[in-house]
Formats: sequence, structure tokens, C-alpha cells
Amino acid sequence: MSQATDQMAAAAPTSKKRRKAATSFDANPAKAGWLTQLVLALLCLVWMVPLIGIMITSFRPREDAESSGWWTVFGSLDNLTLTNYDKAINGGSDMGTAFWNSMAITLPATFIPVLIAAFAAYAFTFMEFPGRDVLFLTIVAMLVVPNYVALVPLLKIYGSLEINGTFPAAWLAHIGFGMSLAIYILRNYMATLPKTIIESAKIDGASHFQTFYRLVLPMSVPALASFAIFQFLWVWNDLLVALVFIGPGENEPVTLALSSLKGQLGQGWEVVTAGTMLTMIVPILVFLFLQRYFVRGMTAGAVKG
Amino acid sequence: MKVLSAIITVAAGVGAALALYWLLNKLAELLPGRWEGRIKPYFFIAPAFLAVALYLIYPAIVTVLNSFQDRASEEWVGFENYTELLSSTPFQKTLFNTVLWILIVPAVTVVVGLAVAVLADRLKPGAEKLSKTIIFLPMAIALVGASQIWGLIYDAAPKGQPQIGLMNAIWTKLGHDPVAWLQQSTLHFNSILLMVVLLWAQVGFSMVLLSAAVKGVPADTLEAARIDGASERQTFFQVVVPQIKGTMITVFVTVTIAVMKIFDIVYVMTNGNFNTNVLGNEFYNQLNTNFNNGAAAAIVVILMIAVIPVMAYQVRHFRAEEASA
Repeated sequence: MSQATDQMAAAAPTSKKRRKAATSFDANPAKAGWLTQLVLALLCLVWMVPLIGIMITSFRPREDAESSGWWTVFGSLDNLTLTNYDKAINGGSDMGTAFWNSMAITLPATFIPVLIAAFAAYAFTFMEFPGRDVLFLTIVAMLVVPNYVALVPLLKIYGSLEINGTFPAAWLAHIGFGMSLAIYILRNYMATLPKTIIESAKIDGASHFQTFYRLVLPMSVPALASFAIFQFLWVWNDLLVALVFIGPGENEPVTLALSSLKGQLGQGWEVVTAGTMLTMIVPILVFLFLQRYFVRGMTAGAVKG
Repeated sequence: MKVLSAIITVAAGVGAALALYWLLNKLAELLPGRWEGRIKPYFFIAPAFLAVALYLIYPAIVTVLNSFQDRASEEWVGFENYTELLSSTPFQKTLFNTVLWILIVPAVTVVVGLAVAVLADRLKPGAEKLSKTIIFLPMAIALVGASQIWGLIYDAAPKGQPQIGLMNAIWTKLGHDPVAWLQQSTLHFNSILLMVVLLWAQVGFSMVLLSAAVKGVPADTLEAARIDGASERQTFFQVVVPQIKGTMITVFVTVTIAVMKIFDIVYVMTNGNFNTNVLGNEFYNQLNTNFNNGAAAAIVVILMIAVIPVMAYQVRHFRAEEASA
């Protein structure tokens, strides 16, 4: 989500160096008093209410959703229905197709850059060559460049290649935009791998390609996973790239379909909320199951650029 | 069908990348010994660097050039795009709104994130994990989705009809007439409502990083402060905050960059109407509604100039990290 950068590295050394002090605030004489608990409970409530609201609305029939707030649902529990989902998936807005489009856009855009970035990160970490630092700093600097810069020039290139509106247009764009973050995360991680193992592989006569493929790649799996999760969430949730390079129509992803749902005639909140739920379900599942990697990647110095 | 072809693309893409590197590796090995070692690193980084060059470096240059050209990028017009934009009242308002976002959102994100991190730290582990997951969850949701979610909260029905938006339901219960909240631009109230959506989505990010930093504060420094008779408040501001300052700056900078480019929320909720426009949305409108490449490019250049100090900070920070590692 956030066009974030990576100074987060700042967080990582702190927690690494001082792991033994992990109990610090737990050992606090000021254990959670009632005020702390109340404030947090209220905050969590505020955070959950909007989600609960759309969840309930998405299951209410149109007449109910339009005539009373979702908080009154307990008076009409029997009315709950799945019709809204049917309308959202199969109706004019066709979120069903959009859902599969999102899959088709996201999967290649997530997995292809990982390998390319891993090779580059390997070279930046374990090989000596003139210009290495300058090239790497260029990539670090590119982390903060807004990807808006690329849209107009790429539209022209894509136009002459006639790939505007197709999946490859989005794949390539996301691979390009994700690359500097991928290299940055992976190189930072690889720099923490024990150098001696790589050197002994070299002495045993392994080529760089073998060292990379047999040793470094398997050892980097946690970093590969955290980048993949970031990239997956980023691509799935992206609106701007989809709007510019794919545009409305048969190839549109869920974000695009959802953004136009509200504007269409006759679409009430009940369909919009069902559409929102459909958009959310995949990233939330990915997020809940892989939260550990996600947090690790973030604290190790990594958020989308 | 589409997914199947996507999976095939993944396999083919990954396979092709592997084959390419294998080939490059073999190619380098064919070279006489000394050259092999010299060339190989460049072979390894070439595809990745090419991607960065094609998708960021080259477009950045073209965009700067476009910003000095007319709407179809055919004739040179000097600074006309800039002077036209900067002298138009709507654009000045757009600029002001963007600055407002930059002033408010990053600071509030850091403060609320830190508050949650510190408070949740005192809960029992189970409760801490649950409350953090709840605050963190919206990060997984697309900003388009978040905008629809909050759109339901801000919804307004005409007077006399049942209010299904939570805010108006409460407001009318208190005896007032319903208000179309997103159209209330007095004191930028509607812009602030839009900012709430971003805060809701991003505080979790700030909380996770700051929580890791707070947990990293050595216990002995806290104990020393308490033995010396410092109050909880003094301990926090004089012992904890200085030690997590680095992380706070990191979060602040990261959120600032995200805020500069904010687009989705404004596009979905108001499309920049009612004086809520920001640079990201104006860029999109210039490009896709006005078909004015020159103005769109000029907006991006303004964004890039604003981001230069951040970039310099980023590079310096990275160097310092490397030096200390």
C-alpha cells in the first residue's frame, strides 16, 4: 500500500542488537490499568466498526439496506441473503470476471520479479565489480520516485507495441516498479548470510550460478517470501496502474470494477458492500496467514516503493 | 482460463529467467579467464537494472522533457505548463490541500501508532496480539475498498428518510438535519474525513514498526530512570522516545511519501470535488480527462522535486547504515 521506503532498517538493528531486552516494557510496574484497557478497547472498536458495517450490509436484502442502518440488523436476521454477492459477481458489474482478472494480473507480477531481483541482489552482495556502489545507490534512490513518472512515457511505448489494455502491460509495469524494492530487501537480507559458506563453496569449485542456485537462494527464502507478500498485496490492491494501463473493460481487475460500482445506475450500497468484501477477501487471507513474514519483512527494512 | 494462462505465464516467466541467467553464466564462462570474472556481475544485474532503467529512470527523463512541451508533447512551450498551473486558482487549492495532507497525516500516524504500540505493550500477550491484529488488518485492504467502507459511514440520505450512514444516524439522533459530510469544505472538514480513511489504513504500519522499536529499548535504561525517581511520563519522553527516534523518523518519511502521491481515496470518494483535490488526482484528471500530457508531466515534476530531499535523506541514511554494519 504505502509507497514506502526503507529506512525501516532503522528498526531492525535496534531489535537485533537488544533482543535480550525484549521484556523491557512487560516488566513495567505500570501494567495495563483500566484506562489503558479502555482506550485500547475503544480504538479497536473504532477500527472494527467500518468493517462490521460493510460485512453486515453485504448480506442484507436491498430493501433492508436502504431503509435502515446495518446496526438494526438484529431485528431482521431472518432476511439475510446472498443475493448481493450473486448480483455483484454475475450482474452488470461482473466482479466475478474481475476477480479472476486480478488473479491473472497479480500472480505473474508477484513471482517473476523475485527471481530477477534475487540474481541482482546476489551480484550486489557477493561479487566485486567497478560501479557496484553507484549502481546500488541508484536503485536505493529510485525507491522514493513516484511511479507516476512512468505512466505517460510508458503509455506511448505500450501504444506503439499495441499492448495497452492487456495483462502483459500490467505485469511488466508492476515488475519494473517492484524491482528496486525487491533488490533492496533481498540484498539487505543476503548481506546477513555467513560469508564463509559462500567462500568455501567457491573454493570447492562451485560457479557463481551454482552457489546462487544451490546455496543463497534456498537460504534467502524468508526474504523472498516477505517481498512476495508485499508485492502481492501491492499489485492486488493497486488502482492507478490498472486504470492507466488496463482501463475499464473485460480485463479490469477488482479494484477498478469496485471503483466504478458506485457510479453505475441502480447499484445500491448492498451491491457495493458485497463487491468490497469480494475485493478484500484474498488480501486479508494472505495477510492473516502470512502475517509473520509480512511483519518480519517490514521490520527488516522493507515497504513498497 | 485466464488464471490458467497466468499460471503458465508464471512458470514460463520464471523458467525463462532461469534459462537466461544460466545462458549468461555459460556465456561468461566462455570468455577468457580474466574477463569472465569482470563481465559476470554485470550479466547478473543486467535484467534487473534494465527493468529499473526502463520503468523509472528513462520515464523520469521523458517526463521532465514532456513538462516543457504542449498537451500532445509535440511543441516546446518553455515553462508555460508550470506558470499556467501555478497561476490557476483551482491548482493552488489542490496544492494547498496536498500540503494539508502532508502536514496532518504523517504526524498523526506516528503519534497514534506509537500510542497503540506503547499501550498494547502493557496488555497480556493474547490481548496484545489481538488488538494489534485488529489495528493492522486494514493495511491489507485496497484503498479503493477502504474508501467504499468509509463511504458507507459518511453516507447521507435526504431529510426525513432513514439514515443508513452511521455518522448521520448519530447526528440526526442528536436532533440535527442530515449533512452531506463529504461536501462540507468549511475548514477543510471533508478533506479531513478523507484523511481519516488513510489513517485507518496506515496506523497499523506505524504501530508495528514502533512496537518493535519500543520492545527493543533496553530494560536497564528504564529501570535506571525509575530508580532515579522519574515518573512514567518522564521515563517515556526522556528515555524511550530518544531511543526510538530513528524508527519514528523512518515511519514519518515513509508515510509522507505515500501521502504525497495519495490518489485512490480522493478519486473514489469525491474525485477532487468540493475542494478536496490533491496532486495525485489532478495528475490523473489532466492525463485522462483533459488529455493534457504537458500539465500532467509538470505535476509529476513538481512531485519529484518535492521528493528530492527525501531521496537525499534515503541515500545518506543507507550509507550510514552500511558504515555502521
